[in-house]
Amino acid sequence: MTAPLGLEFPPISHLIRWPDLLFEDTPYAINKTTIIYFLAVLITLTFFFVAGRRAQLVPRGVQNMAESSVEFVREGIIMQTIGPDGLRYLPFLLTMFFFIFFINIFEIIPLFQFPGNARMAVPFILAILVWFIYNIVGIAKQGPLGYLKSSTIPPGVPKPMLPLIALIEFVSTFLVRPFSLAVRLFANMLAGHLILVTFAVLSAALWGKNISLVILPFPFLLLIALTGFELLVAFLQAFIFTILTAVYIGLSMHPEH
Amino acid sequence: MLLRFLAEQDPGELVDGLTALGRGVVYGGAAIGPGIGIGLVVGNAITAMARQPEAAGMVRTTMFLGIAFTEALALFGFVLAFILS
Repeated sequence: MTAPLGLEFPPISHLIRWPDLLFEDTPYAINKTTIIYFLAVLITLTFFFVAGRRAQLVPRGVQNMAESSVEFVREGIIMQTIGPDGLRYLPFLLTMFFFIFFINIFEIIPLFQFPGNARMAVPFILAILVWFIYNIVGIAKQGPLGYLKSSTIPPGVPKPMLPLIALIEFVSTFLVRPFSLAVRLFANMLAGHLILVTFAVLSAALWGKNISLVILPFPFLLLIALTGFELLVAFLQAFIFTILTAVYIGLSMHPEH
Repeated sequence: MLLRFLAEQDPGELVDGLTALGRGVVYGGAAIGPGIGIGLVVGNAITAMARQPEAAGMVRTTMFLGIAFTEALALFGFVLAFILS
């Protein structure tokens, strides 16, 4: 697709697909996205392994960072949404937060510059995992029928409205929740990637034209500002995914009366 | 006159153009409601924080939750705009 002024914007499939590097044309092919996933797992593992290997009473360096991150997830996410009896989900939520955050942060790391979550695979799998966890927790805590009742029939609904409300609540609890959880993460990272690509393409196109030297710095400055903004988005999306997981688990554990 | 102009165009190009137009309309339409909604959420959260600064931490967490729920609708529109072809 050619645009006016000779600006060549690549089609979207070129922006999110990478050539296979290893094991081409097999289901196990490795490309940049896969490498980002592997690196995210590795960084998360190494971070907590190094931090916990020689734990000291007075934390320093990596241990300090790890302890403050644990406290952030405990005080900022679990205590706010589930309460003290949700602390057993701390390891799960903590590792999920860091896994998503490290995948997202590759969006602004030079040479990678691609958020792995701009492909649907990892958000989708994580959302399905969360779906199973909150349903199993709800069934274990309230029994199958009790869980179904508490999640489809909100308290204080007038009788004639009940079938409609129950249907809407059922769809929103069991079908829309995992879908919106996955799409929220995926679409935010894809949108951020597209914005960065747009301004990078614009800067590169202006670089080759002498006439437009007057407006040359502006797209580039905006690109730098947006890179900082994407750092915030990468953190915020990991935080929102984790806190929504905690909210769903909390709703399964303590239904509204 | 518009109809005659449209009839003279290549149908393939016409479909492409209308698809591009539809994508814009889909995303633009999907962004209106959530835009207003996020404005309401954040505005009220700021009011709450200004009135009761000691509750700012709790308000902020709830604000992000509200933003996340509201924003999902806009993102459905964003994804739908790409799926359209």
